[in-house]
Amino acid sequence: MHPHKAQRIGFVLLTLISLVVVIPILLVVGVIAVRGIKIISVEFLTTMPREGMTEGGIFPAIVGTILLTLGTAVAALPVGVGAGIYLAEYARDSVFTRTIRLAIVNLASIPSVVYGLFGLGAFVLFLQFGTSILAGSLTLAIMTLPVVMSTTEEALRAVPVEFRTVSASLGGTKWQGIRHVVLPQAFPGIITGVILGLLRAAGETAPILFTAAAFYLPRLPRSAFDETMALPYHLYVISTQVPHMPLDVQYGTAFVLLVFVLSLNVVASLIRRHFRQKREW
Amino acid sequence: MVTKIHIENLTYRYGDTEALRDVSLDVEANTITAFFGPAAGGKTTLLRLINRLNDRVDGTEMKGRILLNGKDIYAPGVDVPELRRRVGMVFTLPLPLPGTVRENVLYGPRLAGISDRARLDALLVRSLSQAALWEEVRDRLDAPASELSGGQQQRLCIARSLALEPEVLLLDEPASGLDPLSTAKVERSLTELKEHYTIILVPHNVQQAARMADWAAFFLMGELVEYGRGEQVFTNARDQRTEDYVTGRFG
Repeated sequence: MHPHKAQRIGFVLLTLISLVVVIPILLVVGVIAVRGIKIISVEFLTTMPREGMTEGGIFPAIVGTILLTLGTAVAALPVGVGAGIYLAEYARDSVFTRTIRLAIVNLASIPSVVYGLFGLGAFVLFLQFGTSILAGSLTLAIMTLPVVMSTTEEALRAVPVEFRTVSASLGGTKWQGIRHVVLPQAFPGIITGVILGLLRAAGETAPILFTAAAFYLPRLPRSAFDETMALPYHLYVISTQVPHMPLDVQYGTAFVLLVFVLSLNVVASLIRRHFRQKREW
Repeated sequence: MVTKIHIENLTYRYGDTEALRDVSLDVEANTITAFFGPAAGGKTTLLRLINRLNDRVDGTEMKGRILLNGKDIYAPGVDVPELRRRVGMVFTLPLPLPGTVRENVLYGPRLAGISDRARLDALLVRSLSQAALWEEVRDRLDAPASELSGGQQQRLCIARSLALEPEVLLLDEPASGLDPLSTAKVERSLTELKEHYTIILVPHNVQQAARMADWAAFFLMGELVEYGRGEQVFTNARDQRTEDYVTGRFG
């Protein structure tokens, strides 16, 4: 076969394969958007569910998911970023640090339902937080930690070592160099990792199943020790547990969850782009 | 002669590689001393030892002493950041820190705890002037330092070290990436600076060493081959190897 012809065929094949990958994604988003957008209204977004959740809105589930995501961020951020800084800047290669790295890799591959059971045992029962936003956030935070730690470490390692040397040569302590020179440059990478971790947490059902989620709670949570509705769990409930549920409500809920997650994603890329333009090396 | 730095029987190893072998020399205050010689001679290592920048390198071994004003800088209890404020360093490649021209120059003084606005402004103007950069950046003090040209960035790095008002300034090939005009500016300002500072320079080439050095030390494979007055070393070397290198027969 003529090389040009072979190249042409190869090119067409690769394009088709890429399309095959993109089509299901577009279909999922498209179908959910088309069928879900019909029911979206101020009432749907801002009122309590009524009539066994078949009518009214999903306000408490939206608030619940936002609270759980914020709680996860508050718990996972300091620990994850701190551990990432330690691994990248302070830890020497030893059995101890290799154990930590091994643990991170393994944590990342644990099925989310196992985190849920761990959260039930550790936070709900042992620490007696009960089924609560606190227990759910902590469970999600533990699930998010590996991503935050490893992206923080990578972002810090990507900053050339010479910056640390320059800071030291100007009388900076090690921490001052990290604080004033290294961290600002690693910030976009870190924030991206954090948001990607939160994205996954926001959409998870299994970890909050036993730790935070309420089947039906037509009011807002009163404190961190209160249980809450949440979008992924609500979607699961109305899709499988409630008879005669209008499809529009299901698609509408899925649509809201999708928009929430996608907008976090957009925020992450905007932050990355903003800082990449300012990058100096 | 006032001895600023006294180096005594210094041997330094990276693992099995010997970077410096039994080096002893005294650096006179308020002069320019050139450490010159072919690559891998130990010049940069010696500079980095004088302000303890090699502390963080693993697997090294050091014997001998380095005294600054008669005090051992490797003695226990020495405040290393404080030592580095007194012994400034300018690297081969100019590396501005993220931020503006002003932030770069004042990075050191701010970490040292100086917060008085007038004092900082005075330091800014003085160190930029000493580095022969003030006229070019006086209107761009709050522009990102990365927007300066390569030659300006190198002078910015010199200004950044000078802002700490160090006693000793170590310069590792500060002109290697510069055009001839910037090189001339840097050399002229260094010659003026030696009134206030003790300067140790790893020159870009023999010509630069010959132009600038009051004292010259020739390093070959970690060994100090010859050390003496600049004019003597460059015109009338005692050691054949120095003579060969200076006259361009090798290196």
